[in-house]
Amino acid sequence: MFKYVKQLTSLVAVFAVLVAFSTETMAAKKSKTLKNTQKKGFVRCGVSQGLPGFSNADAAGNWTGVDVDVCRAVAAAVLGDANKVKFTPLSAKERFTALTSGEIDILSRNTTWTLSRDADIGLTFVGVNFYDGQGFMVRKDSGITSTSQFKNGISACTNIGTTTELNMRDFFNSKGISYEPVAFEKADEVVAAYDSGRCDTYTTDKSGLAAQRTKMTNPDDHIVLPETISKEPLGPVVRQGDAVWEDIVRWSLNVMIEAEEYGITSSNADMMKTSDNPQIKRLVGSEGEMGAAFGLDNDWSLRIIKQVGNYGESYKRNIADTGILPDRGPNQLWTKGGILYVPPAR
Amino acid sequence: MKLKKFLPQLLTLLFIVLVFGFFTMNAQENMDTRGIEFGFGFLTQEASFDIQFSLIDYDGSHSYARAYLVGLLNTLLVAFIGIILATILGIIVGVARLSPNYLIRKTSSFYIEFFRNVPLLLQIFFWYFAALRALPMPQDATMILGSSFMTIKGLYTPAPIWTNFDVFLTTLVVALFLVFFFVKFAKKKQEQEGKQLPVLIISLLIFIGLPLLTFLVGGVDLSFSFPELRKMSQSSYTFDGGMGIPPELIALTLALTLYTATFIAENVRAGIQGIGKGQKEAAASIGLTPSQVLKLVIMPQALRIIIPPTTNQYLNLTKNSSLAAAIAYPDLVLVFAGTAMMQTGKAIEIVGITMATYLTISIAISLLMNWYNQRIAIKEK
Repeated sequence: MFKYVKQLTSLVAVFAVLVAFSTETMAAKKSKTLKNTQKKGFVRCGVSQGLPGFSNADAAGNWTGVDVDVCRAVAAAVLGDANKVKFTPLSAKERFTALTSGEIDILSRNTTWTLSRDADIGLTFVGVNFYDGQGFMVRKDSGITSTSQFKNGISACTNIGTTTELNMRDFFNSKGISYEPVAFEKADEVVAAYDSGRCDTYTTDKSGLAAQRTKMTNPDDHIVLPETISKEPLGPVVRQGDAVWEDIVRWSLNVMIEAEEYGITSSNADMMKTSDNPQIKRLVGSEGEMGAAFGLDNDWSLRIIKQVGNYGESYKRNIADTGILPDRGPNQLWTKGGILYVPPAR
Repeated sequence: MKLKKFLPQLLTLLFIVLVFGFFTMNAQENMDTRGIEFGFGFLTQEASFDIQFSLIDYDGSHSYARAYLVGLLNTLLVAFIGIILATILGIIVGVARLSPNYLIRKTSSFYIEFFRNVPLLLQIFFWYFAALRALPMPQDATMILGSSFMTIKGLYTPAPIWTNFDVFLTTLVVALFLVFFFVKFAKKKQEQEGKQLPVLIISLLIFIGLPLLTFLVGGVDLSFSFPELRKMSQSSYTFDGGMGIPPELIALTLALTLYTATFIAENVRAGIQGIGKGQKEAAASIGLTPSQVLKLVIMPQALRIIIPPTTNQYLNLTKNSSLAAAIAYPDLVLVFAGTAMMQTGKAIEIVGITMATYLTISIAISLLMNWYNQRIAIKEK
């Protein structure tokens, strides 16, 4: 009799350990990146070397920007604290290698989603957090108000390793204009070179132009031309091969956008728990089991909204209030005339 | 006994193979999980980006392999110009540092101490972002040397337009050979008969006269296209015609030259100081003129001391030229390990090719200098 009891207890013990182990590692089993992130206690996020409005560090080393907020949202979701992010500033040239080699887990660095990048180099784009297009900046006193006034021999400053270099060639070729491309590795050097008169025009994403313009000696001396020569959907990127992590990042971004759609802000999120609208209740975690699929608790989306805010708050704080692009343009919700439209979080 | 001799080497070899194998496997595994394929097929694909400055015909419709060649030639160009200028400047400053004149001596010392102790990247930035930025815009530039313009957008000089350039070039090569054989002949004559021919004058005559002759009889002609200012918009101008040398190349060459010349100058000084005073005095006492003393006694011995460390400086200069990426000079690193790597995502392949390329350039310079060093080494009989 005693013998059986002993066997039974050991069996129970083994079973209990198994159950405990399986529940604890349910999420971790699915996502190696999530497991590592939770073990480390911070999200490793690759950002730009300083682009106001998107990812920019102040004198105290605090990062702000809409790209930064994506990483903060993921940190709020998986670690419970939006500040648990380690930011790694990367040049355009370094960014993909840093991600594929595992130095960072999210690349949120105003990166254009293209076919070759998505399919060819081991990356997966999870969404778009800013719809942009390439434009040109010129000096006001040049009298140029449209790209149709560009003449042969124009010198254009830009960054290497960007889609900008390729679009620029397509654009000037289609217009039959000969040009001199002057491509630097770092954005700050592009700005310095253009500002000093080395180049007649500075070309990059229009948001980038607007942001960099604030860094010029005399911002009012420069204008961004109205033409947009390309589509530049910018968004966060993850490594290929970790589908759960990919989903977490995608839906962290989607939650921010959908929260704005339903009027949930960082200040009213707690009150929304008792809302009548089931979709709102799902977003703030008072209905459904939305986090379980990722191996997260049910408050993951509430934390994002409370700690980081919805997309509109992030845009206002980083891009509109800083005077970079007060008009949201295409980055307005689809319900308000923009093209921000995300699948429902349900 | 044999085993004892070879075992350490075998173990080392095994270790290297294992380490290399581990890294290859590791890279292979990671690339597989991320769906990245290894291969050099991208080299034949269209590059679809333009390069600012190229020595060969290139635009975005050419292949990545061609873009690589453009970058390589640009690297070699800056290394070649840099090595020549740094050598000339280094010799002058090195000799000046031993000058009996206080001012010359101290100026050279100051130059050396200043330029070799400031980081090179900082110097490149200084020349590009500070010094060259002070230059005027094209429309405000004043003409220098009759037909050139130094502007913020670069140096614009007249471009030579040749007719029958190949005839001229062939004659130049022939003249070079003739000079070579003449010098050999003159040396032999002096050794056998003790007669000295005016070698320098006759050599120059052959070298300059023969190619000039082709203008009269070979149908060779040379004219120039001059840079002309053209208005592009209300405030921006550019130059048409002529030859444009980008400011990036100028800044990089300047920085590399001034930096490396300091080290070469110290090598030269060490070489000259390494020769005993007695050598000079002995040479003078047998009636050699001061220039003969330098040419026949001091320099052959000093060069032995100067060449090996100077080879290192040549290699440094070549490798340092990769800092070009910071100021947009389209060298190998900027074009190939920069833009091309970004567009293709072939990080391992491209970094591998780039490393192999620098290795090849360095070994080539090294071999050349070693060959020269052996030639001038004291041959003990």
